[in-house]
Amino acid sequence: MSKVSMTVNGKAVTADADARTLLVQYLREGLRLTGTHVGCDTSQCGACVVHLDGKAVKACTMFAWEAEGKNVLTIEGLAQNGNLHPMQEAFRDNHGLQCGFCTPGMIMTAVDMVNRKGHSLDDKTIREELEGNICRCTGYHNIVKSIAAGAKAMA
Amino acid sequence: MSATGIGAAVRRKEDLRFITGKGQYTDDINRPGQTYIYFVRSPHAHAKIKKIDSAEAAKMPGVVAVLTGADLANDKIGNLICGWAISSKDGSPMKMSAHPAIANIKACHVGDAVAVVIAETLGQAKDAGECVKVDYEVLPAVADPAKAQGSGAPLIHDVAPNNTIYQWHLGDQKATEAAFKSANHVTKLDIVNNRLVPNAIEPRAALADYDSGTESLTLWNTSQNPHVARLVIAAFVGMAPEHKLRVIAPDVGGGFGSKIFIYPEEVVCLWASRKVNRPVKWNSDRSEAFLTDAHGRDHVTHAEMAFDAEGKITALRAKTIANLGAYMSTFSSSVPTYLYATLLSGQYGIPNIYCEVDAVYTNTVPVDAYRGAGRPEATYVVERLVEAGAREMNIDPADLRKRNFIKTFPHQTPVIMAYDAGDYNASLKKAQELADVKGFGKRKRDSARNGKLRGMGYSTYIEACGIAPSQAVGSLGAGVGLWESAEVRVNPTGSVEILTGSHSHGQGHETTFAQLVSQRLGIPIENISVVHGDTDKVQFGMGTYGSRSGAVGMTAIVKALDKVEAKAKKVAAFMLEAAEGDIEFKDGKFTVAGTDKSAAWGDVALNAYIAHKFTGAELEPGLKEGAFYDPTNFTFPAGCHICEVEIDQDTGAAEIVAWTAVDDFGTVINPMIVEGQVHGGIAQGVGQALYEGTVYDKDGQLVTGSYMDYAMPRADYLPSFKVDTTVTKCPSNPLGIKGCGEAGAIAAPAAVMNAITDAVGTENIAMPATPATVWAALQKAQPRQAAE
Repeated sequence: MSKVSMTVNGKAVTADADARTLLVQYLREGLRLTGTHVGCDTSQCGACVVHLDGKAVKACTMFAWEAEGKNVLTIEGLAQNGNLHPMQEAFRDNHGLQCGFCTPGMIMTAVDMVNRKGHSLDDKTIREELEGNICRCTGYHNIVKSIAAGAKAMA
Repeated sequence: MSATGIGAAVRRKEDLRFITGKGQYTDDINRPGQTYIYFVRSPHAHAKIKKIDSAEAAKMPGVVAVLTGADLANDKIGNLICGWAISSKDGSPMKMSAHPAIANIKACHVGDAVAVVIAETLGQAKDAGECVKVDYEVLPAVADPAKAQGSGAPLIHDVAPNNTIYQWHLGDQKATEAAFKSANHVTKLDIVNNRLVPNAIEPRAALADYDSGTESLTLWNTSQNPHVARLVIAAFVGMAPEHKLRVIAPDVGGGFGSKIFIYPEEVVCLWASRKVNRPVKWNSDRSEAFLTDAHGRDHVTHAEMAFDAEGKITALRAKTIANLGAYMSTFSSSVPTYLYATLLSGQYGIPNIYCEVDAVYTNTVPVDAYRGAGRPEATYVVERLVEAGAREMNIDPADLRKRNFIKTFPHQTPVIMAYDAGDYNASLKKAQELADVKGFGKRKRDSARNGKLRGMGYSTYIEACGIAPSQAVGSLGAGVGLWESAEVRVNPTGSVEILTGSHSHGQGHETTFAQLVSQRLGIPIENISVVHGDTDKVQFGMGTYGSRSGAVGMTAIVKALDKVEAKAKKVAAFMLEAAEGDIEFKDGKFTVAGTDKSAAWGDVALNAYIAHKFTGAELEPGLKEGAFYDPTNFTFPAGCHICEVEIDQDTGAAEIVAWTAVDDFGTVINPMIVEGQVHGGIAQGVGQALYEGTVYDKDGQLVTGSYMDYAMPRADYLPSFKVDTTVTKCPSNPLGIKGCGEAGAIAAPAAVMNAITDAVGTENIAMPATPATVWAALQKAQPRQAAE
């Protein structure tokens, strides 16, 4: 078993990982950061979305060794100094979650969406950009509302 | 209404941990020294297990044990059960086959477990699992429910000739037949209610931990009802005495019914943990979930509706074949019988109803309750018949409904259910206004100008939920009572814990239950915790499903609060040196009537535990009261959904361009949460109607076995929803709550398909109405059967 090192949520970390250890397993089992979730095995559901060097990636679809030496941001790293990120606040304020399982991936995707597409996101854009995230609870109505509000609040 | 009381859109207390990634789902939990388990599953739909050779696998790196169905049987672990006894027309009991947690004699569906490997890591368990040599004798398989009873079909279980589990019926056959004979018009439909895979985004998981020091077992499990799981696993499977088994359902990522049932995996994890004397951890892959989570729906129905010359419905009859899959899952027998046929009156005063249901085995994954459980199937039959009938008779579909709505209550239907209160005209009228039905004609012309076909469909649904009065369901064959429990534990400092037998897996109970208590006791909502999901902490509860946690779970809390208030008044009486009968309680304050002598909630709570003002002979110290509440009736949420679609004639693609939902849920505790439930339910109903098709090939292979092939609704497949309510309070519980969790999934499929068939001009379009299906229908569109 070899070791893989990277920076996660601003901290240098090292953990065991063999050649087939997925990044999501490294985070969940190696680092016990269980906020990133696994909901499928074909890279569709988006529950595993994290940011790698500032861009959204699906942590279930890459190996841990591919992130060697890189910067990873997970849901646990969004809130700063005990203050929630505006996108997190927006999800709570707009009832953008029910069971919470898809939520970390949704929020990470949403933040990346704003980084790429700006602060004024219309319904159509948000819905298309959510192609890689599946929710079974909310019907997306309030997720779309949350993201639009969070996008504005991030400005 | 206070800012945090009943009716307020209070932001959820539980959200903090979910939005920060601090939720504790079953797979997030780890135990020191844990092992990982991998299930070896049959790749064949139907096969005898001749021999299992695990010698090579057992020697592989990290392997702790390889176990089979024979080992399970040798340890005398009991079978899984279906807990609802349904009899056939001839009085014979349902043909329930043996369902061992690991197949021993033969595998009956692709995915049926035949062996398990326990190892130090999951990777090692999987590697060894692939080296377990299973010698199968492949048998012919049958996946189609209509074919399962045929003479050529392979026999799946010896106990069930013709693969028939039961042949059940409900209603008055003679009277219904007579009504059809004298009908002015008869509408006929052949309907398939398509099989669905529930797909909660959190896969099922189990972590079992045997403690040899106390000879007790702990199970963390993705369960909607941990106490029921504990009872079944202890008493029926015989795993351990009930008091030596603790079941914890921590944060659970969605259930929709699929996490009600007691599955092989948690049973095997418990057994394995005791055998290897180490914790055993399992988490389902998504592909594994497709092969093991109970599927939903899967009915084939021929249905007919009789009308008189004025368009009044005089009778309904339906013959249904219900596919229950390879084994009878925990509640499976009840779904196509007492949760289905009893709703065939819909919102209408139909005087004669007769329904026959044959339940069959096939070599497919077991089928059981899935959001709506029987009521979506019933609503689909009724609402498609009414809409088709309206078109055939040239009557406006809304008018035909209004002519037939039940208008006086209580109303006894011919199919057991007695509706207590409702106003179906009110929800229809409000929905029509919100949907701007008047403007539909113009919108249709505008669509046509753009080369698109526009259609509009109604679904005026009703359901029975708030499951359920124990005596009623007991008389119908249920093996359990369906009451609910609550304990209100007041702390000396005045904060309150609610121990509820309900379970939240997305419904927001930590907030809504606290809203109830905050309003009743006049204390801040931050001072209230809701505790659920742990059989060590919480008294026996029946769990959450069937839209029951508001109507039944919250009423149990009310009953407990009544007792708390009564005792607190006694304490206050001692404190204020007054007669108990003179104490009034309002807004968190106890007052002596007609005076300004008062005591605050916090002081009374403290006094209850300090007990200096009274002796134990006069009044026991402490302030903690429990209640078990058994509902006196089902509740009957009902409403009107209107769907508008636009169809591209070149591709057959249907886009939902508008959705209006007006529902009567009685009292609404938190409108934000209730709307969220409606949104989610509609999404699942739309999924059934447009996207989700579970496909088995003729050999019983599940073709749609992952998200690559099974079309889960994405955000850009769905519109935003217009949601509103009308209110007729439920008369059978003190809060007036009817419940809301399943309504969207019950109403939606009929609304979508009524809209699509309206646009295309033919009734014969199957769900899911994929672009290919709609396009084919467009090519073949036949003129409608004219009214006689």
